[in-house]
Parts: sequence; structure tokens; C-alpha cells
Amino acid sequence: MADATYQPGQHPDLPPPPSTTGVVGWVRNNLLSSPLNIFLTVVSGLLVYFVATSVYEWGFANADFSGASRQDCTSGGACWALINVRFGQFIYGFYPEAQRWRVNLAFVGLVVALWPLLFDNVPARKQLLWYAGAYPIIAFVLLLGGFGLESVETAKFGGFLLTMVIGVTGIAVSLPLGIVLALGRRSDMLFIRTICIGFIEFIRGVPLITLLFVASTLLSFFLPPGTTFNLLLRVLIMVTLFSSAYLAEVVRGGLQAIPVGQREAAESLGLGYWRTMYLIILPQALKISIPGIVNSFIGLFKDTTLVAIIGLLDPLGIGRAALADTKWQGLSSEVYVFVAVLFFIFSFGMSRYSLYLEKKLEVGHAS
Amino acid sequence: MKKVIGVLAAAASVTVLSVGATAGTLDDIRAKGFLQCGVSTGVPGFGFTDDAGNWQGFDPAVCQAVAAAVFGDSSKVKYTPTTGKTRFEALKSGEIDMLARNTTWTFSRDVDLGLTFVGVNYYDGQGFIGRKSLGISSAKELDGASICIQTGTTTELNLADYFRINGISYEPVPIETNEEARTNYVADRCDVYTTDASGLAATRSTFEDPDAHVIFPEIISKEPLGPLVRQGDDQWADVVRWTLNVMINAEEYGVSSANVDELRGGSDNPEINRMLGSEGNLNEMIGLDKDWAYNIIKQVGNYGEVFERFLGVNTPIGLERGLNALYTDGGLLYAPPMR
Amino acid sequence: MSLAEAHAGSGFTISKLWTEKRYRSVLFQLIALALLVALVFFIVNNTIANLQALGVSYGFGFLSQPANYDINQRLIEYDSTMTHGRAAIVGLLNTLLVAVSGIILATLLGFTFGVLRLSNNWVVSRLVYVFVEVTRNVPVLLQILLWHGTILNLPTVKNAFSFFSQTFFLSNRGLTVPGPVPEPGFQVVPIVFLAAVIGAIVFTRWAKRVQDETGRVYPVFLINIVGIIGLTVLAFLVTGKPLSWEIAEMGRFNLSGGVTLRPEFIALWLALSFYTAAFIAEVVRAGIQSVSRGQTEAAYSLGLRPGRTTRMVIIPQAMRVIVPPLTSQYLNLTKNSSLAIAIGYMDITATLGGITLNQTGQAMEAVMLLMAVYLSFSLFTSLFMNWYNHRTKLVER
Repeated sequence: MADATYQPGQHPDLPPPPSTTGVVGWVRNNLLSSPLNIFLTVVSGLLVYFVATSVYEWGFANADFSGASRQDCTSGGACWALINVRFGQFIYGFYPEAQRWRVNLAFVGLVVALWPLLFDNVPARKQLLWYAGAYPIIAFVLLLGGFGLESVETAKFGGFLLTMVIGVTGIAVSLPLGIVLALGRRSDMLFIRTICIGFIEFIRGVPLITLLFVASTLLSFFLPPGTTFNLLLRVLIMVTLFSSAYLAEVVRGGLQAIPVGQREAAESLGLGYWRTMYLIILPQALKISIPGIVNSFIGLFKDTTLVAIIGLLDPLGIGRAALADTKWQGLSSEVYVFVAVLFFIFSFGMSRYSLYLEKKLEVGHAS
Repeated sequence: MKKVIGVLAAAASVTVLSVGATAGTLDDIRAKGFLQCGVSTGVPGFGFTDDAGNWQGFDPAVCQAVAAAVFGDSSKVKYTPTTGKTRFEALKSGEIDMLARNTTWTFSRDVDLGLTFVGVNYYDGQGFIGRKSLGISSAKELDGASICIQTGTTTELNLADYFRINGISYEPVPIETNEEARTNYVADRCDVYTTDASGLAATRSTFEDPDAHVIFPEIISKEPLGPLVRQGDDQWADVVRWTLNVMINAEEYGVSSANVDELRGGSDNPEINRMLGSEGNLNEMIGLDKDWAYNIIKQVGNYGEVFERFLGVNTPIGLERGLNALYTDGGLLYAPPMR
Repeated sequence: MSLAEAHAGSGFTISKLWTEKRYRSVLFQLIALALLVALVFFIVNNTIANLQALGVSYGFGFLSQPANYDINQRLIEYDSTMTHGRAAIVGLLNTLLVAVSGIILATLLGFTFGVLRLSNNWVVSRLVYVFVEVTRNVPVLLQILLWHGTILNLPTVKNAFSFFSQTFFLSNRGLTVPGPVPEPGFQVVPIVFLAAVIGAIVFTRWAKRVQDETGRVYPVFLINIVGIIGLTVLAFLVTGKPLSWEIAEMGRFNLSGGVTLRPEFIALWLALSFYTAAFIAEVVRAGIQSVSRGQTEAAYSLGLRPGRTTRMVIIPQAMRVIVPPLTSQYLNLTKNSSLAIAIGYMDITATLGGITLNQTGQAMEAVMLLMAVYLSFSLFTSLFMNWYNHRTKLVER
């Protein structure tokens, strides 16, 4: 067979050498292609093994999951009993236990409201979008009370509920504000543009923690004497301003990507400024800004942990308060790891979504 | 544009509404139906949340007592956790009605910050705790040591002064919370930990082997801790001040939550009768219900009871009364008479 | 044009305020101005009224009063008898220290991870991917706390790890290294070093001009490195090695002598560096991937060797994409360093915005100064970015 002869162009394709296909080939190409590569593979393999086993031993194999105080944790590993006992606080803060179903309902409602916003192929999308528009009011009533529901004050908000309230309100309110700021920054009117640039650059130039100091210590000075303002509301105001400046820059990026011809065409059709923006420019600009907006939201979501520094009880604040209880002192690793995992799950989920969007939009723009 | 104007109008009307209500703190509190009380974010024994999420401790008890005096219901309190940084601004801005958060009474806080201290509910002083294995018995031997301190308090000022006076050097390790400080000390990040002596005892009680640690004899400062209110509303300051005094006097007269019902009907001690309202009209002078003192003692307890409940030798904190005993027992607690 | 001129020519009437674009824009801006002035007036007025009502004094006089507190890490001389202003400067220098060292480490790590992420070794690229995702998606405050907790679990100072025959020590009180002690004559060395750097810059410019004019290429990088290091070492040897090392010794409580990097510094530095490095890695990856394959092919077809292709074709183009987000990451790192307050690193937020604010009660002044400091960082970064963008702008029609 080896010396069979063929006409030129008639030779049948030979299979690729076995060492370049299948598992063996993959391993050779991807893991062992050069001495340096072999070295890297071995080192990273060892690293993975070492980290994975120690995490497993500390977090699972030698861990205690239940107990009433630190003394009940005897296995030498992590003491998750604290998380177990105070799980309700980590999620709901001090929200009255009998009323917690309202928070659950609000969480579920949020998911339903986000669904049509995040994905295109949703049944009855139009109706759901109406619902999403009304959701803030529904959530407001659900969480704070009214219409027959017992009223719950914001001081009782805490834990993950607080994170969600700050995060969701921050993004929902700051988006329109950010759009206005972005339009203002690109406006022809010198004075408007100056104000917008000044505001955006000021907010982006200072750390969020200084803005939270303003919220916690100074904001009341700026209001008429005797006016008092809920701390959560003050924090929400500052967080919203903070996030609107960042969103403005994201939206500006989107606006800049729209060819000037679009605007010229709209104007030549006789559309005014607002109608041009509303009907022609913004729909296109916002669409390409969505991944950036989601990324801003992830940033905001992570930044909510800073409110623990000014005494609000987000999951980190709840954890630190729990550590002040003599029963649970000294379990800071458990608290920090738990909160880190909590945040990771949500941020990572959102960043995956943002990636999915980027891919989807890329297809749309492929030439 | 319409929307913007609408929002502005709404904001303006909210502002106007809230400006209207500045008659007097006591009236404001009655009108809103609860007391807004600033507490710490967590100090063992002095203020912490239990597993059910309720605020407990020596400082929240003062808030509860004030609520009992004003409303006859010690549960009508809402708590605002404050940090060392936010506490005074929260009080000054009117966000909270009173602050009960182991705060040291100092000249500048009382005079310059626009606040009024109404009394002392705990006499404290700054001390040091260190390992026995260091082999030292006095803070003066700490030359070159690392010292954990809680920032945002008077402790760091006292410490700097003390070491400067004695001409010894040290490495300050500033830490935000008591819990963090404890973690650092246990890990031997610092050789000694300094804070109020009450805090030291509380912290020592949580160590695995408390006997391996020694509290040095030096107390380097005076730390009178007490509740405070905004300056300029004397009626409200009186309410808080005399709530505290009732708790102290009640202990002195032997009135406790157990026997207050019995004594309320009248006793042969006119002081008790005046306090509990069966004689005289003290309540009218201060503008509270006749049962105000009864409610404090019945619902919260006298000073000694509260102390034993949260700080005393039978709690994990395990503090002796010491300076905080009644003057009749050799302590400093001495409340003005009820007449 | 003629239409606009015709409009401009006709007289002004009130109705034109909202019917004609030019006047409408003036009206709109006037309204905005009025609102802004009203807002500022409202805030200033209220603030004054509030401060008066509370009887709180206002002003920056507190900066010249004695601070009365000690700071453990000080780059300039400071003790508790000095002023609050001095304490703020000590804090500012600490902020700059952690920001600059963080930026250096984050850049090194970020570029390494970015390149490894594109490695064709599956294990390595997956590992870097997992690392980047985990780091990016956990709040940086938590990471600072976790790093700090990890360092606290190191051995105590009495049982410190020691390296290099008892000259380096690592414990939960930090990393202690020998401290350089300059002896007389040492001043020459940094002067020579600076001169060599200036010489290198001049040489680089000259070489570039020669290359532009004649096409001759000098090994600029190699010559510069050899020149700078060689001259400095030479100066060091000629002056008779005027530098000795002070090695730390165990005292009664602590290691004394040497230079100690405190745990708070290390935790903050590592946390900020790794967090930022994860973002930089993504920036670098995007930058490298943004240069199209055709560029490489074109360079090869012009006869450029692979090394030179990378250096002269790929990197300059990738850097144009990388640098703008990179600078904003640097700025983020600097701003995030304000979280030092959570673990007690004495940066400007902890001194001016923390202890000074607490002790003096001058919250408004302290927070305003603090914001001004961070704003000036951001201003400098923006100026740099504008300069860089201007320099590397694609020359288009």
C-alpha cells in the first residue's frame, strides 16, 4: 500500500498524525509545547492543587456549620455557625422577621422586572416592560409599607437588602441623570457644557469615601436649619450623583460613536434637538453603551461595601457588628470570606451578562 | 422641564414642612412617637446587636430609660449606629435626639462642638493590657513597643501625651474598631493594647486564656463616659440628665424593678415617694407623666441592675463596680437629690 | 450660511427667545446660570446659618494647632507636638507612597497577567482567567481586609522568618530589610545616576533623529541600560563604596534598626496592586488583540524581523489603546488607597479626614481639603492624558 501510485491530484487525504489530534494532541499543543510551557504547566498545576486542597480543608472538611457560639466550633477549620445563625441578618438586616416575605417578593419582583430589560426574546415583553417601569413604586411600597402593609423604617434595612436598595436605586436614578449630563457635556451651549464637565470631573476626581463623609457629616449643614434627612436617603443621593458622573462618561462614549451624519440627516428632516436625540441618536448610543452601563453597575455594586465605613449595616457592616458580640469574636476570616463570596456571585454573574451583550452587539455591527 | 420643576417644587415643600417642626426636642419626639438614639456600631457589653437583631447593652439601656420616661414605653426607641467620626455630626444635625455611645466628656467637646453632656454613666480611664510573658509590670517599661489603639477617640491623644511626658518611644498601631484591635492584639501584631479599662476587661474576658494577659496598674487618663444632647435645649437636657439620676438614685434608695410596684403606692421614705410620684409634683416641673420614674425603673431597672445585666461579674465582661459604685460604697456615683 | 445671516439681520423680538435657536440657547443658559447661583446661595446661606446656630467656629486655623497624636509611618520628621497641617502632609506622603508603589507593582503584574492570559498554555491562561475574574469581582475593601488578615497570621516577631543569613525578617509586624546608611561621598552616586539618565534621554533623541533621517538603527535600549547602570556602579566603586547597611536586631519588643514595611502598608499595597492588576490585565489583553494581524504580516513583508516588528509596529499601536484606560486605572488605584482607613494605614484620609477631623470637629474644612487633594491628583492625570493623546493622535486627513 505504501508505494501505491496515484495520478497527480488524486491522492486521498491522509489522516493527521495521531500525535496532533485528540487528547494527546491537545495536551501536546496546549500544555507541553516547549520546556518553558512544561515548566509553567507543572508550576500552575501545583499551585491549583495546593490552593484547592487548603481551601477545601479549611472551608469544608474541617469546618463547623452549626452551633450557638464560637465555643461550639471545635473542628479547627472555619466556623460557619456564625453565618448560619445570623444568615437572616446578612440578607435582610433588621427587617422585622414577620415581614420578610415582602423583601423576598421584592427580590423576585426585581428579577421579573429585569428579565425583559436584559433579554430580547421574552414572552409578553411589552407588558413586562410596563411592569418594569412600575417596579420602583411597587418595591418602594413593598419595602417601606403603605396600602395596608405595616410600615418599616429604613433604619431597619441592612445586609444584602441594603446593598440591593443602594445599588438598584443608584443605577436606576443615575441613568437618566447620566444621560442628561452626557448630552450637556456635548452641548453647543458653553455654559451648560462647563457646568456638566465641572460636575463630572469633580465627582470622578474624588474617592467615593469622601462623598460618603459628606453624606454622613456635612449634607445636613447644606440644608435649612432644622431639616433632618434620613441617613440612607443622604447616602442614596451621594451614591446616585457618584454613579451618574461615571454613567455620563459611558454614555458620552456611546454618543461619540454615532456618526455625525445621523444627526445631520435627522436635522435635515426637520427634527428639533430633543426629537433628534430621543428618536435617532440616543437609541443607537445607548444600545452600544449597555455593556459599559452594566460594568458601571458592577462597580457601584461593589462600592456599596464602603457604606460600612460610615456606619450603615450592609453585609460587611452586619458582619463587623456580629464580631462585636462576645459569642462570636475573632471570626473575621469567616465573615470576610462569606461576604466576598456573596459579592463575587453577583458581580461575576453580571460581568458574564455584560460579555454576552458585547458578543451579541458585535454580531449586529459586523460588516 | 415640567418634571424638573415638579421635583423642585416637591423638594421645596418637603423642606418647608420639616422646617416647621423645631419647637423643642421633647415636643418633637412626642410628635414623632419615638426616640432616635445614637449608639456605637458594637462594643462588647456597652452596645451590640443580639442574634435577633435587637440593640442591647449598657448604653442602649440609657436610651430605653429615656423612652420609658417620655412615652412610658422603653421600646419606643430607634437606634442609629454611629462611628467615632459620625457621632457628633449626627447629633449636631438633629439626625439623632441623643447620643449614648461611650463618649468621653471633655472640655472642647462640651464647649466648642456645640454639645451638652448631661452626666456620667460610667467612670473609666485608659489602661493597658499585655501578655504576662513579656515579663513587665508597668507601662513605663514599654520603650520601643508596638501599641494597638482605637482611632477617633481620646485614647490616642492620652497615649501620645503619656509617652511624651515619660520620654519613651513607641509604635502606634491605629485601628478602627475594638474587634479589629482585639484581632491584632491576639495575633501579636502589637505588644500591648490600650483602651478604656472597661474595654480591656471586656476584651480580656474573650481571650482563650485570660490569665495569660495582665492589665497594667497605670490608668493614664480620666474618661468620664456619658450621654449627650445638642446644646441649647435645656428642657431636653434635663429630661435625659434626670433619667440618668433617677437610675442612680433608685439604686441608692433601694428601689429596683422587683420592688418598684410595691413602693409606688407610697413608702416611709419621702425621697422615694417624690421620685415615684406619690408625693409632690416633680413630674410637672420636668414636663413628664406622673409615672415617669416608675416606668424607668420598672422597664429598664436601676443603675445597679443595668450594670449587672450587661457588665457585671456574672456576665462575660465581668467588671467590678469599682469607681462606678455608689458613693456610699466608696465609688463616685452621686446623684443630686430628688426634691 | 446665508439663511443664518438673514435671521441674524432681522430684529430681535421677545417671541424669538423660544422660537429661534440662538436666542433660545442664550435663554436656556441664563436659566441654568440663575438656578446654579440660587443653589450655591441656598447652600452657603444654610451652612452659615447652621454653623452660627451651633456656635461652631469655622476656618483653617486648626491646621496650625498642635496635633497631639502620633503617626507610625512617617516619611518626614513628625511628632505629636507638631501641627495638624504637618500631620496632613505626613498622611499625603503616605498616600503617595502607597499609590506610586501600587502603580508600579500593578503595572508589572497587570502586563504579566495580560500576556499570560493570551498564552497558548491552557492551564496558565485558565488560571490567569480565574484569578482575574475572582479579583475583579470582589470589592476591594474586602480584599484589603483579607490581605490584612492573612498577614496577621504570619509568625510573630519573635519567631519571624529570616532570610539571607539573618538580614531580612518577615513577621506579622511586617517585612524588615537592611537600611542603607550613606557615608560621606555618597552624594556623588545619585548625581551621576541622574546625569546618566539625562544623557540617555539625549542619546535616545539623537538616535531617533538619525533613524528618521538616514534609517540607521542603534540598539538604543541596550546602550541606555548599560550606560545608566555602568556609570552609576562605576561612580559607586570610584568613591570607595560609601554605603553601609544597617541590619535589624531583635530588641525587647520589636526589631530595631533597618527599614520596616508595616503590615498595613503591605496589605494595602498588595490588595490595591492585585485588584488593579486584574483590570490592567484586561486592558492589556484588549490592547494587544486590537492590533490586527495584518499589521504583523505587513511588517514582515517589509522585511522587519519579529523582535523589531513587536517593538516598532505592534507595541506602539497597542499602547495607543492601552494607555488611556491604564491611566484611569492608576487614578482609581490612587483613589482606592483612601480605603486605608479600614486597616489603619495612616494615609491622608486617616490623618486629615480621620483623626484630625475627629479631634478638632472641623468636618467641613477637613473634608473639603481632602477632596481638593484628590482632585488635584485627578487634574494632573487628566493633563498628562491630554498631552499623551495629543502626542499619539493618529494624523488623519
